Amino acid sequence: MIDSRTKLDSLQSVWKAGYDKEKARILICAGTGCIANGSLKVYEAIKAEVEKRNAYVTVEMLLEGKEGTSVVTSGCHGFCEMGPLVRVEPGGILYTRVKPEDAADLVAALMEGKEPVDRLLYRHPVTGAVYAEEHEIPFYHNQERTVLGNCGVIDPEELREYIAKGGYQALAKVITEMKPAEVCQEILKSGLRGRGGGGFPTGRKWEATLMSPGDKKYVVCNGDEGDPGAFMDRSVMEGDPHKVLEGMAIAGFAVGADEGYIYVRAEYPLAIQRLKKAVKEALDNGLLGNNILGTGFNFKIKIKEGAGAFVCGEETALIASIEGERGMPRPKPPFPAQSGLWGKPTLINNVETFANVPIVINRGAEAFRSIGTEKSPGTKTFALTGQVANTGLIEVPMGITLREIVFDIGGGLRDGKQFKAVQIGGPSGGCLTEKHLDMPLDFDSLLSAGAMIGSGGLVVMDQKTCMVEVARYFMNFTQNESCGKCVPCREGTKRLLEILERAVNGEGRAEDVEILEDLAEAVKDGSLCGLGKTAPNPVLTMLKYFKDEYIAHVIDKKCPSGECKALAAYAIDPELCKGCTKCSKVCPVSAISGEVRNPFVIDPEKCIKCGACVSTCPFKAIKEG
Amino acid sequence: MGEAVKDLKNDPATLPRRRFEKVNEIIQHHGTDLSALIPILQEVQEEYRYLPEEILTYIATVMNISPATVYGVATFYAQFSLEPKGKYVVKICDGTACHVRGSNPVNDAIRKRVGLRKDRKTTDDLRFTVETVSCLGACGLAPVVMINEQIYGQMTPEAINVIIDKILEEEGETK
Repeated sequence: MIDSRTKLDSLQSVWKAGYDKEKARILICAGTGCIANGSLKVYEAIKAEVEKRNAYVTVEMLLEGKEGTSVVTSGCHGFCEMGPLVRVEPGGILYTRVKPEDAADLVAALMEGKEPVDRLLYRHPVTGAVYAEEHEIPFYHNQERTVLGNCGVIDPEELREYIAKGGYQALAKVITEMKPAEVCQEILKSGLRGRGGGGFPTGRKWEATLMSPGDKKYVVCNGDEGDPGAFMDRSVMEGDPHKVLEGMAIAGFAVGADEGYIYVRAEYPLAIQRLKKAVKEALDNGLLGNNILGTGFNFKIKIKEGAGAFVCGEETALIASIEGERGMPRPKPPFPAQSGLWGKPTLINNVETFANVPIVINRGAEAFRSIGTEKSPGTKTFALTGQVANTGLIEVPMGITLREIVFDIGGGLRDGKQFKAVQIGGPSGGCLTEKHLDMPLDFDSLLSAGAMIGSGGLVVMDQKTCMVEVARYFMNFTQNESCGKCVPCREGTKRLLEILERAVNGEGRAEDVEILEDLAEAVKDGSLCGLGKTAPNPVLTMLKYFKDEYIAHVIDKKCPSGECKALAAYAIDPELCKGCTKCSKVCPVSAISGEVRNPFVIDPEKCIKCGACVSTCPFKAIKEG
Repeated sequence: MGEAVKDLKNDPATLPRRRFEKVNEIIQHHGTDLSALIPILQEVQEEYRYLPEEILTYIATVMNISPATVYGVATFYAQFSLEPKGKYVVKICDGTACHVRGSNPVNDAIRKRVGLRKDRKTTDDLRFTVETVSCLGACGLAPVVMINEQIYGQMTPEAINVIIDKILEEEGETK
């Protein structure tokens, strides 16, 4: 039981000493991505290998002053695509795509002081350069990992490791030295803005909740990360759960709440499991519960599992869902700060926002402001995915350019494809084009470009991606997820989807462009919550930046990127066709005919545009377009 | 005594009552506050693999809320199913990253392999339920498929067929 700040300090130094005494440390990534790639088997194999050499000692034994090697599982390193990832200390060597069979060589290299195992090191997909140390890899080199600082470095299931790294010091400082209003002031001064999408100043929310009268208040952590293509919050919850708990406890003290809820999507079973374990450990050690560190401050946390509704990421809908109702948004005002969970003043922030709180307190508001931009200080995590060479979880200072993210960290497009656009912020965001590549990324610049940071999903698209189809995809998503409360959202998204479906099916009408724009504005204006207000963004940015493509679909009935099958027409180039008959055999509707060794032809009447012939032709004689 | 218990087990008349016993246990564990409704439904669904209608009504009665409230919540959230789900729930991620990296062909391949037509989600033998979900949050491994709790990354139609075949093989052995 840690019942005072002195005890916490002394435990920290003991545990840190134990941590420092480890001669070597092998961290096997146990994030969802790497587990899916078999990292737990790698963990077993490496552990067995180290034990075979009698070198394995547990962390407890290290505390008694012995030296040794520890083999632990860690949170997400972010470079999911290269998984399973294994990081070896000292040296910070990162091994990629490790298989259980590699364990012997990997451990031998470490124990016998040999060179790192070359075949497991990261190779740059374009230059072919080999990198041994994690921080040298371009993917990591240009990042600024603070919120994710512990992810991939500590064992997320060990409170002791979090404390060894200075964990819960911010909470200790706040509850022993500061007054609630001072804490709110500090957060306000830091300029921290909500990382869940809107970018509302966090300190203002805290102050409003503190000012609200009432003895019972709540702190809610929004872990309902529903944006398709985003997994930052999952990685934080899985890789450093205590940081979220610490941030929430600080918030509880600052606003006068003694109870907190974490609402996590049901699709994140590992995050739920790790958070539950972290809450229990913190409770058992007196870092949550009653009379924390002997100060008389009480704070407990409960985990609530979501049940699969995107709209619950909206704060008032999330509150309704915790109360046991359908997750429908409620009108604001009253804001949750005045009347939230069960009508009580409620502070609701996103996972990443809470994870930033201990950093602000530990470093001070001024130091926090030194990173990022004037109006958007700090760092932001992004999930970089799509047609980019290096996909994964990244953390960068606010104000970085898209070019740095896509080309320096992401390593450019995969297989030498050409950059076309980036979709940012999921279904609430929009697309950015080549001309935005050098725009600094922060809350305000994105809003002026018609997009938003959203939760931080960044999907890179190449020339083969049809932007009309992307808009249709997102509209299909929001249409499905609309809760049905506001008519403009419920009906409007349906009609918007119909118009876009017409376009990709080659049935678009000339007047559609105007209707799309009108309807999009109506949905924006007539909806209560963020889902409806932002649902037309993908369509509007598509019309703004790729109008030609949309016109081509509707007027010329052509898909310039060749992705929309209904608009595709296939033809055989008689110059290239050798008359091998392969295509006519693979065609499911017998639309291709001809004589052997003479050019074949496709009957457009019969053709169902399945594309089977294109992939079969050995001479690339069949053209789409 | 042992005989009596055995008889009770086979007695069709007591079957519904025993069915509700488990539900009672679940409700007792969570309490009858409205905020417990979603966790209760989640646990009931885990037990039965779906939410049988008579149990929804029963929950409403015990919790002293209207059946419409329970039904409303049960139909609002994508996680709940009012129809029986298969032993293996296959979730194909159709998040943005998976979508642009080709989750559709994977979906088609699974549906073809387990023999699902058109709008059907569950096979007749209640072995497989195939559904798409918006994002599993493993975008680095796109396209992703989750079978029960296990995640499979970088899927192709060929790879998913191998996995389904393996499940079918295991099924054949345990049967």
